[in-house]
Amino acid sequence: MCNTHEHPHHHNEQAVLSIEQDILHRNNLLAERNRGYFEAKRILALNLMSSPGSGKTSLLEETIRRLNGRLAMYVIEGDQQTSNDANRIAALSVPVFQVNTGTGCHLEAGMINHALKHLAPPEGSLLFIENVGNLICPAMFDLGEAYKVVVVSTTEGDDKPLKYPHIFWEANVCIINKTDLLPYLDGAGIQTLRENALKVNPQLQLFELSATKGAGMDAWCDWLYNISKSTSLITSFLNSKYDKPGIN
Amino acid sequence: MHELSIAQSIVELAEEQARQQQASVIEEVEIEIGRLAGVEIQTLTFALESAVKYTMLEKARIVRHDIDGEGRCGDCGACFKTEALFSPCPQCGSYAVGLLRGKELRVKSIVINRYV
Ligand SMILES: Nc1nc2c(ncn2[C@@H]2O[C@H](COP(=O)(O)OP(=O)(O)O)[C@@H](O)[C@H]2O)c(=O)[nH]1
Ligand SMILES: [Mg+2]
Ligand SMILES: [Zn+2]
Repeated sequence: MCNTHEHPHHHNEQAVLSIEQDILHRNNLLAERNRGYFEAKRILALNLMSSPGSGKTSLLEETIRRLNGRLAMYVIEGDQQTSNDANRIAALSVPVFQVNTGTGCHLEAGMINHALKHLAPPEGSLLFIENVGNLICPAMFDLGEAYKVVVVSTTEGDDKPLKYPHIFWEANVCIINKTDLLPYLDGAGIQTLRENALKVNPQLQLFELSATKGAGMDAWCDWLYNISKSTSLITSFLNSKYDKPGIN
Repeated sequence: MHELSIAQSIVELAEEQARQQQASVIEEVEIEIGRLAGVEIQTLTFALESAVKYTMLEKARIVRHDIDGEGRCGDCGACFKTEALFSPCPQCGSYAVGLLRGKELRVKSIVINRYV
């Protein structure tokens, strides 16, 4: 036994360390850092998430066309490979920074932190973050945004919210896009999709629109404009993902 | 495949803590995964197998606790076990349900081996 020896010496010992930390601790810290930056500069940041092809870029294009000149808009584009989406935004003369995630299927807070240093959105601006097209992975990673916006299109089926509940649970806003295609679809229209989204998250703010035909875009742009204006006036702006009904 | 990011985060977090204690080997990691956290357990298990390669966790036992979902109704206050994020309150049928448990993604503890 060690303590029977007279001289000091070394040995291996086992120890249990209590950690009690969130696995995504590092991402969450970086997200808080981004959030602090947004709050200090009174920037409204939105994280747009959807399956590939639901219309995130189209929605951004049309939103930018409508709000150009009224709000200072900046865009971070997350994409696995190409810069097509970033080019579509740049064509509208809005500053855009492209983040290539490679094989990564979602944006993480550190990538936004990096992008912000390049993009440097000024005080009072509106920042759109287009996440990688994926309804699963982006849900889990806080980027420091004020609002998570999930886009789902009418052609994707009514049960999307129930099949991918996490993203609808995390979201604050849900946009049902491609309403112009409803006449061509079988089924009960938009009602079931709407109901399913609200089952997962009764707090969801819903917008129904067509990004390419323009119907419903006014309500969305008015909401954005008002919220961006109040953000640029109010210094403290809090959004907690745990701020769900029934907990307090 | 966010499970890969999660597996890597577990490794990073555990190694960081172990290094602070001058440990050379991590023998065990204890994690808590909520059943409503949006993590596929099988995928995470595979992801961990590759994420621990060439790290201090290479030989570590992974002790996993799966946490059941538990909700509280925002309308009538009932507390109940829930298996989905869209389950209504069994008492009054409301969907205004707050989650009390089931979203956990935590590293609880590690067992290290160090030379002292
Ligand atoms: N009919 C119709 N097509 C749309 C609408 N919004 C987007 N699209 C089309 O859907 C496809 C994918 O759109 P895109 O904006 O690239 O989707 P993203 O992958 O989510 O960014 C494109 O061909 C768009 O023209 C819409 O409101 N109605
Ligand atoms: Mg796009
Ligand atoms: Zn109830």
